Amino acid sequence: MRFYFSLLLFVMAGLVVAFAPLPVQSIAPQERTFRINARQYAYSPSEIHVNPGDTVTFELVSTDVVHGLYVDGYGVSVEADPGQTATLTFTANKPGSFRFRCNVTCGAMHPFMIGKLTVGTNDWLYRAIGLALLAAISVFPLSSLFNRNRKKEVL
Amino acid sequence: MNRIELTRNRFLKNILVNRYPQLAVFMVMLVGYIFAILAGLIGTPVGSHNFSIVFVWIAWWAVLILVAVPFFGRGWCAICPIPLPGEWLQRGAVLAPPDKKPMWLNLRWPKALRNIWLQNISFLLLALFSSVLLTTPNITGIVLAVMLFGAIGLSTIFERRAFCRFLCPVGGFIGIYSQIAPIELRIKEKQVCASCIGKPCYNGSAAGYGCPWDVFPGGLTKNTYCGLCMECIRTCPHDNIAVSLRPFSADLAKPSTRMDEAFKAFIMFGSAMIYAGVLLGPWGFLKDAAYNVGTGAWFVYVLAFLVLIFGVLPGTFSLGFLSTKNPIPFKQRFASLSTSLIPLGLMFWVAFSLSFVMTNASYIMAALSDPLGLGWNLFGTADAVWQPMLTTILAPAQTLSLVGGLIWSARTAQKAANEVQVSSLPLIAYSFIATVIMLWLLL
Repeated sequence: MRFYFSLLLFVMAGLVVAFAPLPVQSIAPQERTFRINARQYAYSPSEIHVNPGDTVTFELVSTDVVHGLYVDGYGVSVEADPGQTATLTFTANKPGSFRFRCNVTCGAMHPFMIGKLTVGTNDWLYRAIGLALLAAISVFPLSSLFNRNRKKEVL
Repeated sequence: MNRIELTRNRFLKNILVNRYPQLAVFMVMLVGYIFAILAGLIGTPVGSHNFSIVFVWIAWWAVLILVAVPFFGRGWCAICPIPLPGEWLQRGAVLAPPDKKPMWLNLRWPKALRNIWLQNISFLLLALFSSVLLTTPNITGIVLAVMLFGAIGLSTIFERRAFCRFLCPVGGFIGIYSQIAPIELRIKEKQVCASCIGKPCYNGSAAGYGCPWDVFPGGLTKNTYCGLCMECIRTCPHDNIAVSLRPFSADLAKPSTRMDEAFKAFIMFGSAMIYAGVLLGPWGFLKDAAYNVGTGAWFVYVLAFLVLIFGVLPGTFSLGFLSTKNPIPFKQRFASLSTSLIPLGLMFWVAFSLSFVMTNASYIMAALSDPLGLGWNLFGTADAVWQPMLTTILAPAQTLSLVGGLIWSARTAQKAANEVQVSSLPLIAYSFIATVIMLWLLL
């Protein structure tokens, strides 16, 4: 009984870590422009941080072949011919971490041409680390209660 | 939890004993495999539009890592086409009872190599060239062909499935991860095997072939080296072999004491982390280093890869149980405790593969219609647009996999630590830190 009660407690704690609302820092939205150089098979800069609500403009410049830039989670994209600049503007209204990746086949390593856009803080990462910590800690009391239960059943 | 014997079901048992259903699946797989080789060699060099890359490294890999290995263990080995032509050549038959006289050299595999070190090396060789292998159709075609012809060649020299058992780069990791699967093939009564005359399950009989995996089923305690080929079910004259459902990771309750298996766990665990950083991370210099084979950067990458897997990871892992007062030898402690990394390693691969597969799965439809990239449109899907799938559930699914893997690993660590009389705390801390690194790399 104590085992199931403890398990329930840890599951509830896990749900709190995963879904409890966090305080939001309100920063006035800005217009942010990033010039991103694309080459086989990397973006530069490859990691971009903006604040939630910012109007973000990516100026994509391809330095070799045709490249694209697709932002996971936002579903927006742009393509740039070699030597040309293409512009993508969107509102960063979803917080979290998103990969952006080339969406025009540009060579062998094309599926792995990836960058990272972080809007605000990467809360999901911190929640996931919290869950991992809770999981690692919970194993000690739960396994001891589980073993005690099992011993009782055997007796 | 008790086992549920699946082979009690007459219909299922008939399917397993009858050679024709397995042969039908084998033939489909073999045709697909040969087509993948041809597509790699003569199809478009654009990987994302070539059957060999899309169906081997996206479709097959997804099925293998996300379904086959966790739920069916060596289920893939049961239908893998690679050993087939060699085996047919070795036996001089496809389905007929084996000839008593060996057709070829039929040598025993050398005793010094009767372990999985060669599989560790073959996996590492592929891993070090993986950026090229995963993206270049003709390299994939060549590797698939080398595996097929290597298996054929070995079948003419050595007895049974020497390639599968000792060389296959995939078979090695499927073997250690198959210990997790909730399915097993075991004998029912030990005494029946002990008194069985002739041991047809191992030596073969008119009913079928001796174990192709060189395993005596009477001694099976783990899934690691049983290829689920079902030959022993066909040959056992006492109906003493069963395929059963069981709890997940039942084999890990008795930790391994073998260093080759321990290092296999580290190789797989470390490779998943390296791939997550190199292939899915935003760092272009790492991709350049991994892809440009033969350059100075690539040699640095290789060195870093090997140092991490053979030095940093096992070294830091060992810090938790260095005590000299423990009566159990260090090697045995190391091998036993590394068992705890098996569930975590598999879940690292699941988390890595989810990202890779969900992003690239939309290539499957296009490659199905135009497998060689020659402008065909067989099923009207050749123009399917690339679109990442289910991106909103990707991070939660990866988190669940990794945190679930950590819990599983921690429980395994507790059992293994108990066996070798050490504290499980440092092992769990190690798994936790590794999980945090993997979370950081993937999220």
